Amino acid sequence: MHSSARRRVLPGFGLTLGLSWLYLGLIVLLPLSGLFLKTFSLSWAQFWDTVAAPRVLAAYRLSFGAALAAALLNAVFGLLVAWVLVRYRFPGKALVDALVDLPFALPTAVAGLTLTTLYSRNGWYGQHLEALGFQVAFTPVGIVIALTFIGLPFVVRTVQPVLEDIDADVEEAAATLGATPWQVFTRVLFPSVMPALLSGFTLAFARAIGEYGSVVFISGNMPMKTEIAPLLIITRLEQYDYAGATAIAGVMLAVSFAMLLAVNLLQRWTHRRFETRPGTG
Amino acid sequence: MSVVVEQLTKRFTSGGTPAVSDVSFHAPSAAITTLLGPSGAGKSTLLRLIAGLELPDSGSVRIEGVECTHLPVQKRGIGVVFQSYALFKHMTVRQNIAFGLETRKLPRGEIEARVDEMLKLVQLEELGKRYPGQLSGGQRQRVAFARALAIQPKLLLLDEPFGALDSRVRVELREWLQSLHEQTGVTTLLVTHDQEEALEISQHVVVLSDGRVAQAGPPEEIYDRPATPFVASFVGGTSVLRGRVRSGRAEVGTLVVEAPQSAREGEAVQAFVRPHDIKIAKPANGSNELTTGRVERLKSVGGYVKVLLKLPSGETVTVEVPRAEFDDLGVVEGDHVHADVRMAKVFLGDFAI
Repeated sequence: MHSSARRRVLPGFGLTLGLSWLYLGLIVLLPLSGLFLKTFSLSWAQFWDTVAAPRVLAAYRLSFGAALAAALLNAVFGLLVAWVLVRYRFPGKALVDALVDLPFALPTAVAGLTLTTLYSRNGWYGQHLEALGFQVAFTPVGIVIALTFIGLPFVVRTVQPVLEDIDADVEEAAATLGATPWQVFTRVLFPSVMPALLSGFTLAFARAIGEYGSVVFISGNMPMKTEIAPLLIITRLEQYDYAGATAIAGVMLAVSFAMLLAVNLLQRWTHRRFETRPGTG
Repeated sequence: MSVVVEQLTKRFTSGGTPAVSDVSFHAPSAAITTLLGPSGAGKSTLLRLIAGLELPDSGSVRIEGVECTHLPVQKRGIGVVFQSYALFKHMTVRQNIAFGLETRKLPRGEIEARVDEMLKLVQLEELGKRYPGQLSGGQRQRVAFARALAIQPKLLLLDEPFGALDSRVRVELREWLQSLHEQTGVTTLLVTHDQEEALEISQHVVVLSDGRVAQAGPPEEIYDRPATPFVASFVGGTSVLRGRVRSGRAEVGTLVVEAPQSAREGEAVQAFVRPHDIKIAKPANGSNELTTGRVERLKSVGGYVKVLLKLPSGETVTVEVPRAEFDDLGVVEGDHVHADVRMAKVFLGDFAI
């Protein structure tokens, strides 16, 4: 009697939850705990010396800063692309739609080489920018460009389905109530896509923090200036300093996790407000 | 005359069949007018043209004497209640209702007062802080009404407002809409495919078919004197029987009904019979007099019984018999019975509907 009253209507809860834990444990938690375990082979002083070294701090600042800038850029332009893809019909739409996913498919090293070639001093873009006094390759700007490139699909693909789900009725209702197109966008559409936009932003941001392949070519890897944290980790590994590498990685991981958690909580908060509660619909 | 629509035509594909074709009608001030028709009759398109959500290919719309055929939707001051409610999900009930007032840049105090007034009008005072996702279908519907009425519209447009609700709530809201209309007196134009709804709540009915006006008039006139076979068959759940004129009366199988004065001998006719206009009687026991039909099926629908009667001609008619009367009759499926037509609308000619 007692146990049947507790039984859930949706079947398979125990099995699916168990498998999910097992899967996440094997794929995510186990390797990551290995990483932290390795870090513990360092003494506290050694750990602190490693992660608080000026060169490492500069790399953290660059990695997180450039990732944030790239994610913000993607949030703005990704929303625009998603909007165009959902709202308008135009020749070549399928092509644009397919182009969005390309950064996913392209090996990141290829992307990095391509971008470097374009933006370097005698590249197609680089030579003109150089004439105007801008240097992109081998500067933090180049890093942001590379990170923007690899992060674009995240925003477009998270926002697109949500925009598609918004009824034209809602916009029309706003218009009958006197709202100008700008007011319809800022007061009706934007708040509706905000949670999805936040998800896309977070994904693009998280992806950019750890990105390595596309950045190392365009950044020039000058210590204190254009050296990203993942590169430092690789450098340590190449020197067989596994503990040092995991220390740097562990701090990155902790900071990223804290930020992702914060954004997730923020997203839940914005979403919860207008979620349909079961049983009231 | 409050809303005057003249020769309105709208095509969605150039050269295709128009969704709305040369439609003219008027909707009297301070009354509820219904646009009634089956799906695809163009009634929603017509509503959207009046709201300014579509632009007509030709024709004109005048509201309270103001020509507004090409006025942008924001400037028309028309309240629209959409079938899907179209509430702003990320705003509370209060914010939803205030939206139209905020775009008009009214002072905050005035907005709050007006929102309170609207919440009271739709009896949702307690739920102002809820989000639409936390409301029932009927409550959402009322929020949609409050939002549309908050801007003090010259005209209220309702697109199948009760379409998405279950039948009990529909009937309740119908009465609620009538009392709401008595309180506000706003000229209202309602789109529905439900003839019962149209006949019950409106003072004026415009029946549409294939993008054209089939008949317009008060509900009693539409029901009692349908102008075309389409209206006769669409309104009132009628059965159609084919027959011929014999000595000034229409003979439809074994049934005989009044024929129009202009009927010529032998001419083909169609009789439209309402389910409650046929009287059934059981032949006396053992008599071999001719019966008019065989009871094919019996369906008990609450207060009355639906009898599907098969005539010798092979045609079937639906007859509704009140429960008490049916119990006295004692008819079972397969019985042969007499049928007598109390009233029928007869059209000359042999049309397909």
